[in-house]
Amino acid sequence: MELALQIRGLEKTYGNGFKALKGIDLDVKQGDFFALLGPNGAGKSTTLGIVTSLVNKTNGSVSVFGHNIDTDLTKAKLCMGIVPQEFNFNFFEKVEDIVVTQAGYYGIPSAIAKERAEHYLKSLGLWDKREDRARQLSGGMKRRLMIARALVHNPKLLILDEPTAGVDIELRRSMWEFLTKINEEGTTIILTTHYLEEAESLCRNIAIIDQGDIIQNSSMKSLLAKLNNETFILDLDQDLKSVPDLEGLEARLVDEHTLEVDLPKAHGLNSVFARLSAQNIGVLSMRNKANRLEELFVELVEHKGAK
Amino acid sequence: MNGNLLWVAFSTIVVKEIRRFTRIWVQTLIPPAITMTLYFIIFGNLIGSRIGEMGGFDYMQYIVPGLIMMSVITNSYGNVVSSFFGTKFQRHIEELLVAPVPNWVILAGYVIGGVARGLAVGFIVTLLSLFFTDLSITHPFVTLSILFLTAVVFSLGGFINAIYANSFDDIAVVPTFILTPLTYLGGVFYSISLLPEFWQGVSQLNPILYMVNTFRYGILGVSDIDVTFAFGMIILFIAVLGGFALHLLNTGKGIRS
Repeated sequence: MELALQIRGLEKTYGNGFKALKGIDLDVKQGDFFALLGPNGAGKSTTLGIVTSLVNKTNGSVSVFGHNIDTDLTKAKLCMGIVPQEFNFNFFEKVEDIVVTQAGYYGIPSAIAKERAEHYLKSLGLWDKREDRARQLSGGMKRRLMIARALVHNPKLLILDEPTAGVDIELRRSMWEFLTKINEEGTTIILTTHYLEEAESLCRNIAIIDQGDIIQNSSMKSLLAKLNNETFILDLDQDLKSVPDLEGLEARLVDEHTLEVDLPKAHGLNSVFARLSAQNIGVLSMRNKANRLEELFVELVEHKGAK
Repeated sequence: MNGNLLWVAFSTIVVKEIRRFTRIWVQTLIPPAITMTLYFIIFGNLIGSRIGEMGGFDYMQYIVPGLIMMSVITNSYGNVVSSFFGTKFQRHIEELLVAPVPNWVILAGYVIGGVARGLAVGFIVTLLSLFFTDLSITHPFVTLSILFLTAVVFSLGGFINAIYANSFDDIAVVPTFILTPLTYLGGVFYSISLLPEFWQGVSQLNPILYMVNTFRYGILGVSDIDVTFAFGMIILFIAVLGGFALHLLNTGKGIRS
């Protein structure tokens, strides 16, 4: 399968001597929904900045759908749409004008640009706001405007740098649905986010970058399989004064009728239910406690930091 | 990108630039009209009537071409420096940088945007001048071409200023400390033949002198300097400034990390 993005030996040293990238390699397959995670200052935005030609690289190579950005930048750019972390449109322009103007930069004639602007503004719930100045939009609307702008030239690769930062839960979920839909329709998506739940629920493959190095690059499934323990929260049908006996499993009371149990991966849940049942304790409902990816992320980054 | 796509990208930038200065017309088109009207009233009518003739024309007729050119210079420069710096400051320069627009198209788009504002203001000031004096154009081609080329030179200057600027102070320094003195000393209000020989020589180092005098030649048919030489100088300025601006864009100075 063709690679949407291929990065080899990418290095970036800023003018003040700070080495933001230390020779990273990264492949993203066509059609993938890919997460690029890392703590603040790890090198995510620098990587995406180089890919989108907003940052000059120091060394290494980047190809987008086979087009090397050093020798074939125009074709590489035509394949990409970028949604940056910060708002970067003219706040005094009208919403529709921002999208149509961006299309113009890609050589799309005005009539087609207007049709596409209408399509994406409608898809993202902004059509009613098309005559408003961008500064009048709410934070979530501004983020959606940047997505519409990034898609107006129908890119094969959409890069989103923390697209849901500061967006409320309802809106975040509607954006997830939209992104899932366009990914199913064939657009490759690379996403950076601090909401690890977002990466876990949307992305099929993941890379974790820290201090300028890729410290993990695998499928989401195989990464999550590395977890040895999971924590479940059980809502009980009665108040408890003390932690019930669970045959050596770690457990604690959150409050009188809520029990938290740490469960090794190999250990089934049935024995927990059976043991509670034997003590006449019923379970009303159950949920996974922590974001699993978050645990792994912290573990990987802390482990790297300790080295 | 093929020629057609390049044309769409170029015209998109130009339209955006024209839309910008027409949207804020109270800040961009009205002030020069008021300032130049005051110049016409005070220097042309009140003081000019006591000065008498200059270069064989009454003083009002003499200063009108210089004042039109002054408004073209300051507005073409001011348009590009404020627009491109604003684009950098608000980071929507990134919209252009991620798109497959060649740097020379970006430069050409902003320059023509600056030329459009310079010429629009020049047209308004010319219309206003008709309330104060009769204006007939002796050499139309020279008049229009020098107007256009001058606007190009100062749009390029504004672009370079904007690339280097890191704050709003930086975009005010050049117009205040360089452009305004050079314009006032560039023969807008007087003929350099009135100056002592030494200062005539110094004045000839001022590029604005060539532009003002060539424009005056186009309208009145008189000039302190050789018009052909002036055109040569202006084209040289465009080549040097244009090449330098393009070099700055290619290296990403001030716009890429």
